Amino acid sequence: MEFEKYDFTPITQSIHQALLESTTPLLTLIIEWTIIGVLYLLFVAVFGLFLVYAERKVCAAFQQRLGPMRVGPWGLLQTIADFIKLLMKELIQPKSVDSFLYNLAPFVVIIVPFLTISVIPFAPGLQALDFDIGIFFVTAVSSVGVIGVLLAGWASNNKYSLIGGMRSGAQIVSYELSVGLSLITMVILAGTMQISEIVLLQREGWFLFKGHIPAVIAFLVFIVAGTAETNRGPFDLAEAESELTAGFHTEYSGIKFAFFFLAEYINLFIVSAMAVIVFLGGWMPFHIGGWDGFNAIMDFIPGLVWFFMKVLGIIFLIMWFKWTFPRLRVDQILTLEWKYLLPINLFNILLMAFLVLMGWHW
Amino acid sequence: MGPQHPSTHGVLRLLVKLEGEIVHNVQPHIGYIHSGIEKMTESLSYTQIPHLTDRMDYLSAHMNNEAVSLCVENALQVEIPDRVKYIRTIMAELQRIASHQLWWCATGMDLGALTTFFYGLRDREDILDIFEETCGARLTVNYSLPGGLMFDIHPNFQRKVKEFIKKFKKKLPEYDQLLTGNVIFQERSKGVGILSKEDAIAFGVTGPTGRASGFSCDVRKHHPYSAYPLVKFNEALGTEGDTFRRYQLRIAEMWESMAIIEQLIDNIPEGDYSAKMKGVIKLPEGEYYQRVESARGEFGVFIVSDGKKNPYRVKFRSPGFSNLFTINHIAKGWKIADLVAIMATFDLVIPDIDR
Repeated sequence: MEFEKYDFTPITQSIHQALLESTTPLLTLIIEWTIIGVLYLLFVAVFGLFLVYAERKVCAAFQQRLGPMRVGPWGLLQTIADFIKLLMKELIQPKSVDSFLYNLAPFVVIIVPFLTISVIPFAPGLQALDFDIGIFFVTAVSSVGVIGVLLAGWASNNKYSLIGGMRSGAQIVSYELSVGLSLITMVILAGTMQISEIVLLQREGWFLFKGHIPAVIAFLVFIVAGTAETNRGPFDLAEAESELTAGFHTEYSGIKFAFFFLAEYINLFIVSAMAVIVFLGGWMPFHIGGWDGFNAIMDFIPGLVWFFMKVLGIIFLIMWFKWTFPRLRVDQILTLEWKYLLPINLFNILLMAFLVLMGWHW
Repeated sequence: MGPQHPSTHGVLRLLVKLEGEIVHNVQPHIGYIHSGIEKMTESLSYTQIPHLTDRMDYLSAHMNNEAVSLCVENALQVEIPDRVKYIRTIMAELQRIASHQLWWCATGMDLGALTTFFYGLRDREDILDIFEETCGARLTVNYSLPGGLMFDIHPNFQRKVKEFIKKFKKKLPEYDQLLTGNVIFQERSKGVGILSKEDAIAFGVTGPTGRASGFSCDVRKHHPYSAYPLVKFNEALGTEGDTFRRYQLRIAEMWESMAIIEQLIDNIPEGDYSAKMKGVIKLPEGEYYQRVESARGEFGVFIVSDGKKNPYRVKFRSPGFSNLFTINHIAKGWKIADLVAIMATFDLVIPDIDR
């Protein structure tokens, strides 16, 4: 296929070979780990800042105003200025909080996106970890974040924070199920859990179009449940500002608050990236099986660009929800999950399994 | 909750007893705004009182001023020019639309739809511009005085009001598109916080809040004043008394207000903008009461005069006060989120409650 001309594997392999020739294998491993770690840190920081900027601009567009305009051209440096301000803020810790858990919570929350991001393929050959159980790893790891939120809510010694923590506990644990089940539906279709394999399987057409009705249902469920899992509106109950002032992170200031904030945005990226990988072909250009000329034109756009175009599209969709919908009530959120999404999902899995059994899926 | 809680819209403190998320008891604590307007008016002359009343319910400032003006005029039995009546009514209806616009955006915000806030403020700006041109102030308009008006209307007034009506008729359906039709909003508001008609009457709930429960209490209909006897309009009434009906009713009221303004704006009679009044007004001894329909309900002014140049005692009957104290009755058993929604549709303005 043509898209291999933008493959990153030769570059990464040549770096690997050069390191192996000049140092010992152990040192090579350590150096590679460090490089990848630093790159991911940089990516998270820069993309997190970009997402904050994007959210403010999108929100401004919906609200018929301009958004940040003062710092830098078109306000581009606004988030950087905000970040510096957050870094310099005093870390205020209320008196009788559970100090250890209070300080631990932001780190637990921020660890999750770093773990999950490691299996995301940005472009062909640009993926840090390629497990054969990639999807399983994502679902397993992403459920850790709720512990951080619960810890923050519990340890803050504040009633609003406690309610916020408990709410998001109930909410994230519930929606985790829907996210997991809709991913499983697609795993049944793909027949593999390896993320790179799933992306490659979509070279003839994205799963959303190839998977018939069950894939469309799974996609819709995934978008709803994914929005809920990132604690964003209309499911932002954990931090419902009109009810709980700020919810679980009320008592956090400065960089600790920034951790929660950053984690939310990187989770937003991860949910969108997973939706893109599983349903919209990841970095795979838009291909239609059999149309070779059309496919060749599509291949001129690099995989990295395709990936980010799709991810930003999904992110825009999720932001759109947030800035137009009112907030649900806590019991309505649980009703939606347990009475609607979960049964639909279970039925959908059966439907997909039937489809695959009958061999109608390709 | 409060006094600095974001959804109490001012310094209102609610002592809420919760079991988990469920509200068991709500006790409003007022008194954080140390204004004491009723007491202050006792040392002011009758022409000075309107300068304070628009600071109570600052979202229906004109109606408050109008109430004091009408009360003094009735006490003195002064015949005021028709022009004043027309302009006062138009101003009051503009003020009502502006108030409902702000209420609408705050309601959306309380339910988590922040975008509504900007839609409402965008349209409210036009009315505030008209106010600014007419009397120099945007919020505490202070336009109506005993005997008439402070100034005559600006030459642009009629044109601008008509432009606004034309524009807002296109913008108001947007409100429905953004919030009313939203399935989440309907889930959040339908059947929530029901106030029965009997309770509404017993608690003295007036205005849109009372009318949503089926209590026909529109002062403009039942005790017409200014130019209201001359116009045709419907009293928006509901029966459900839930949060959604209270919401819908205020949207309907905005349409009615526009209809009232349309009937009056082209027919403002020529004449003086004020009746001939003495420099120092002295009310004859006695007790006087005047009610008007403010944006939140029946606003009443009770003046006891001992014949001097300042009142012996002034009491304001503010709608928000009666409305607020039903909250324990109807929010019991609902969740915190519903408490916020119910408070939002009560359209509370704290200085109106806490005089």
